[in-house]
Amino acid sequence: MIRCEGLARTFAGPPPRPLFAGLKLDVARGEIVAIVGESGSGKSTLLNLIAGLDVPDAGSVVVDGVALSALDDDGRTRFRRERIGFVFQAFHVLPYLPVGENVALPLALNGVRDAASDPRVAALLDAVGLGDRAASPPRELSGGELQRVAIARALVHAPAVVLADEPTGNLDPRTAASIVELLRDTVKRQHATAVIVTHSRAAASAADRVLELRPDGLVRLQG
Amino acid sequence: MDIALAVMRGTFGAYRGRTLVATLAIALGVALGFAIQTVNRSAIAEFTQGVATLSGDADLVVRGPADGFDEQVFARIAAERGVSAASPVVEVDARLPARDDTLALSGVDAFRAAAVTPALVGRGAAAVDLLRDDRVFLSPAALAMVARAVGDTLDVQAGTGVATFTIAGTLDAPAGRRLAVVDIAAAQERFGRLGRVSRVDVRVRPGTDVDAVRASIAAALPAGVTVVRPDETSALASRMTRAYRVNLNVLALVALFTGSLLVFSTQALSVVRRRTQLALLRTLGLSRRRLVGILLAEGAAIGVVGAMVGIAAGYALAAALLRAFGADLGAGFFRGDAPALAFSPSAAGLFALLGVIAATVGAWLPAIEAARASPAAAIKAGDDESAFRGLVSPWPGVACLVVAAAVVALPPIGGLPVFGYAAIALMLVGTLLLLPRLARALLARIPAPRASGAALALASLRAAPGQATVSLAAIVAAVALAVSMAIMVSSFRDSLAAWLDRVLPADVYVRAGGAQSSGWLEPSDQRTLASLPGVRQAEFMRVLRVLVRDDEAAVVLLARDLDRATASERIALIGDAIDVPTDRPPPAWISEAYADRFGASPGATITLPVAGRAVAFTVAGLWRDYARQTGAVIVERASYVRLTGDARVNDAALWLAPGATADAVRRAIDERFGKDRLTIATPDEIRALSLAVFDRTFAVTYALEAVAIAIGLVGLSATFGALALARRREFGVLRHLGMTRREIGAMLAAEGAMVSAVGLVVGLVLGGAISLVLVHVVNRQSFRWSMDLHVPAGQLVAFSLALLALATLTAVVSARRATAGDTIAAVREDW
Repeated sequence: MIRCEGLARTFAGPPPRPLFAGLKLDVARGEIVAIVGESGSGKSTLLNLIAGLDVPDAGSVVVDGVALSALDDDGRTRFRRERIGFVFQAFHVLPYLPVGENVALPLALNGVRDAASDPRVAALLDAVGLGDRAASPPRELSGGELQRVAIARALVHAPAVVLADEPTGNLDPRTAASIVELLRDTVKRQHATAVIVTHSRAAASAADRVLELRPDGLVRLQG
Repeated sequence: MDIALAVMRGTFGAYRGRTLVATLAIALGVALGFAIQTVNRSAIAEFTQGVATLSGDADLVVRGPADGFDEQVFARIAAERGVSAASPVVEVDARLPARDDTLALSGVDAFRAAAVTPALVGRGAAAVDLLRDDRVFLSPAALAMVARAVGDTLDVQAGTGVATFTIAGTLDAPAGRRLAVVDIAAAQERFGRLGRVSRVDVRVRPGTDVDAVRASIAAALPAGVTVVRPDETSALASRMTRAYRVNLNVLALVALFTGSLLVFSTQALSVVRRRTQLALLRTLGLSRRRLVGILLAEGAAIGVVGAMVGIAAGYALAAALLRAFGADLGAGFFRGDAPALAFSPSAAGLFALLGVIAATVGAWLPAIEAARASPAAAIKAGDDESAFRGLVSPWPGVACLVVAAAVVALPPIGGLPVFGYAAIALMLVGTLLLLPRLARALLARIPAPRASGAALALASLRAAPGQATVSLAAIVAAVALAVSMAIMVSSFRDSLAAWLDRVLPADVYVRAGGAQSSGWLEPSDQRTLASLPGVRQAEFMRVLRVLVRDDEAAVVLLARDLDRATASERIALIGDAIDVPTDRPPPAWISEAYADRFGASPGATITLPVAGRAVAFTVAGLWRDYARQTGAVIVERASYVRLTGDARVNDAALWLAPGATADAVRRAIDERFGKDRLTIATPDEIRALSLAVFDRTFAVTYALEAVAIAIGLVGLSATFGALALARRREFGVLRHLGMTRREIGAMLAAEGAMVSAVGLVVGLVLGGAISLVLVHVVNRQSFRWSMDLHVPAGQLVAFSLALLALATLTAVVSARRATAGDTIAAVREDW
């Protein structure tokens, strides 16, 4: 599902600092991979390259059979809209939309009319335990509940790939554990592929495979 | 470390662009107000100084109607016990052939003037020239005006002929004052004033009570002749021009008000952007009061810098306005004066203070909002929307509108529409306070767009009406003020044009001169005009200025060839005319300004000073007059001639026979009287000239309107840019979710268009309401003119579309900066 070959990227600086070079990554369809590493090692940058939000200095990224380097910025954006879901550390739920419309946002961006009423929205809210909160404004939800909304949003359009950047970074351990479990369950149920960047052992433990990003590339730690 | 300086340094360092824009807006408002005030003060000061200099040692001045009064009055005054010296003067507005200007010409007795008003005694090579009837003395400004030198000749129109003088010397007149002096006997003989004088300057014996002498003189004066102190003349001129000057000052304050709104927008967004930072300071122990003080000081700092720049720019602007529009800024009051610009520290201090106050007031509401926020809630990122939730309360806005409605119809104070201005200010402030509710109501009515970007834009605006208000305030104020002035000016212009059509029914108009002019038409001249080839009918009019009350400006008396039965066809009557029975005093038709000033109405009896007697007339009707602000009365010329024996006229109206042309009649008049002796014009030419003068008068108004719009658009640009920057994280999320840069741009364009549309709708309605106050209250009470409301629909539609397009473009361009950078990285920014 995800294949990175000879990937290289340099942090712009100043001064410029190479993050990684010659990086290779293969993620199979339906697999959940966790990537750990020191702060500043380039974990989020790797995620951005997979999402098409950034372009590598060298190498290639192929996601779901599509070579991202062959696409321009708009092309990579449309690809991301259709095939990728995102979960952020800080949730990033839009404060001026109720919960249901936040979840429906990817459907609306993909041209689905009256997206908030789409049955997929209600189904995912149920799946994350927020079935009765569709009309609630985000400010009424706790951190854990907001992350559940974000997970629902990431999966509503049945993406091929889910990318999660520190999904439990702003949560207490108990909530983080429940979120990790939820993320794994919903990804697996949707037969999606996931890459999770994390510092958390609990989050890493939810993965099928854990890799560590080092300057010389990815090293398997477990799985 | 001083926390206040640290916070302010952070603010001004981080928001340099927006702070600069707000500062310039304050500077612009201060500059405009100070410039107008400076020109006005210089003109009044120059006029006052001129009056003082020319009045010399005179303690009292005796004045009468424009065509003068019996010189026996002078003889009686000179014989008064308390009078040590009296100097008679004949005043003539000297028409200069082939020129549009007139020159103020005084005929004096040099010996008597030397004792009372020495500035009127000419200085030349030969003293005997002071007594010669063909010599004239000119002030330096008059010499420059006529482009002559001592020793040259000067032609002055006298009746329909020409009187030639030799320039014998100069006058010690105030700089810029255009004045000519001849011997009094020459003035009386050559300008048809035999046996009459225009004024007597009086010096009272030392130690004598001036007021007692004044009362004694007044008791013996004929009707229409008054005695005043010299300084009352300049006070009267100041009063006459006050309404126009105050109007211009109010317009300048409008610019300052929009600048204040810009400061509000800038500070409001700055406070929202720094909400978590300020909450942190509060959490660490900064008191509410101290926080308010710091934020107010930020506003005041903008005001201080803006005021300093504004004062300097204002002085330069005053010089430019003086060159472009003259000392009267287009109003026509001080025509002929070229004052030097005087810097007034007190005026500079006042406008600088107004600038600081405007900026501080603009910062007040954001400061209160920031202090009111709970630190615990505000320190959480994403709490931005709770900012300005307090604006939602409608009651202050409603209260403002209610009070505005209550005071708008109250009478003027000192001739100024104070309550009218107050009502406009209250309507503006009230609407701005209600803006969040209005915005919410209007946004709720916009149908849900199909495009996801536009739908997001609408959702974002609906969820944050308070923050939308910050963008809207400046544009609503600017649109309302521009629309109201456009409707007022259009109504005035339209009414003026319609009035001209009514009052100019003839085919050709001929003028020999104004009320006090050296040009006039004798009965023989009238017969000549009436019998010219091509002239079917001729009517004549005598124009005089008479004093109805001692301390009031003169009223214009128009003695016209009228048939009272058909007077309504010739006069622009408001309402019906009254039939005056023959056993009542003869009819008079009074203008609106006269009616307002003296409280007269149709059917009432008024008394006018005619030929030194108080003569009663019956008011037969009320008419609209845009030519004379101080009031005018039309009487039948036959009655006037019977009372006075004065058969001269100033103006003629000619109706042409079928087939005759105006050009042919014009040529015939020139041949008969000499080229350029008489002013000849067709109704179309008079109409074009009048409307050109109107447009010139309102040029300053148009400029201020444009400034208000520009400030509004700049405000919109600044707030859109600031809001976009504050939402970079949101844009980053949308980019992650798959929105292209162009789609985000389209979303912001939709937002800009929606905000602008709301601002336009509110601004148009408010502007319409304000225009009603301007037309029916402010103008009526300031200038005593009524006008019919005329809405320039085409102009307003074009303006609205242009503004919508500009505002949308402004929103897109301003926001492009926010999306140009790394919005994707912004997702990971904490604050």
